[in-house]
Amino acid sequence: MIQFRLNGEAVSVDAHPMARLLSVLRRDLRLTGTKEGCGEGECGACSVVVDGKVVNSCLIPMSQIDGTEVLTIEGSGHANIQDHFLAEGGTQCGICTPGMIMATRAFLEDAEATGAAIDEDSVRAALAGNLCRCTGYGKIVAAVLAAARTEGDA
Amino acid sequence: MKFDKPRSLGEALSILADAELEPHLLAGGTDLLVEIDTGRTAPPHVVDIWGIPELHGIQREAEGVRIGSLTTCTELYRDARTPDILRDAAWEVGAEQIRNRATIGGNLGTASPAADLTPVLFALGATVRLCARRGDRDLSARQFITGYRSNALRPSELIHSVWIPDRPDDERRAFRKVGTRRAQSISKLVVAVAFRIEGEVVIACRGGAGSVAPRTIDLPVLTREILGRRCTPERIAHAARMSAALDCAPVDDVRSTALYRREVFARVLVDLLSR
Repeated sequence: MIQFRLNGEAVSVDAHPMARLLSVLRRDLRLTGTKEGCGEGECGACSVVVDGKVVNSCLIPMSQIDGTEVLTIEGSGHANIQDHFLAEGGTQCGICTPGMIMATRAFLEDAEATGAAIDEDSVRAALAGNLCRCTGYGKIVAAVLAAARTEGDA
Repeated sequence: MKFDKPRSLGEALSILADAELEPHLLAGGTDLLVEIDTGRTAPPHVVDIWGIPELHGIQREAEGVRIGSLTTCTELYRDARTPDILRDAAWEVGAEQIRNRATIGGNLGTASPAADLTPVLFALGATVRLCARRGDRDLSARQFITGYRSNALRPSELIHSVWIPDRPDDERRAFRKVGTRRAQSISKLVVAVAFRIEGEVVIACRGGAGSVAPRTIDLPVLTREILGRRCTPERIAHAARMSAALDCAPVDDVRSTALYRREVFARVLVDLLSR
């Protein structure tokens, strides 16, 4: 059995150690908020946060999830970011959105911890691994910057 | 598929020493999971070394810096002890999701001709430490890479660390990756150089390049054409053309053409040496 914390709760799953975290989340745990795009680490649709770091869940074997803290789009704490994606029109078809939200969350938490600057360039760099074919990115970047401005009082 | 997850270096080396099927080492998974998922690889025995603490992290040593093989690209680019061009390469490997998992040892071990870190390790004269139960050995990064996706690692060995000698104060270093777009792309070509100029004369020069041959290459023709010479624009242009003609052996593939690679390689080299 592989044991870890998922969105704040202890879970244990009977999975092959080489099973992809993405497949276990969607098929075994029925958490279908995390999307599968390319399945080879190019598009970022399957982004989740593991021990505070954003990763592509399609590239993570379950053996490396044992004992970790995993956060997905179904977890709590991203409401402020989600509100700003809605307000700015940072989401259209929606398939990239969960990954965008998770990458944004890891970026904002990391920037808070390290004191790194949050500006258009750093936001674009932070989301460089998340492809969107609808928005043209402008509204996504605006949403992240707006979320950053209000993160403290959310 | 047989699967092992050792928790210490000693345990890992015992598993490798006793393995009957050729073991496939799993580091951060960014290459291997795609290979398995697409059916290009079906390893009979996987040894997941990610959980071995001794293989993570960066340490100062007397005359250089030692980088554990499982040090990620994020850890590399954020650490002030990492030489500047290796930080540049670690940043450009991919986006944050990839940098958080891709490791320096994985980049060497996969031995892809498109590896981004390996040409930098060539230019910096890095040494790779291989560990086995029977003992350790050190190889230059240049010796470690033996061909297209092949390296000098024996089935009983794993990559322990990479050692990079301290840099001379007057060394100039430069790195350039050319891809389809700025973020998250596999290189069309990648070039790294480290050189020193005294007066106007080049007194040291070492280079490495990727995606311009079936393996990561060093640049002996560049070094021969420029070492001990006055570093004039004409000399640099000549050396770059010679290196493109003789050091490189590019192919046409999905990402680019041989013609483009040779031409752009020479231009990038001129740019890097003219700074």
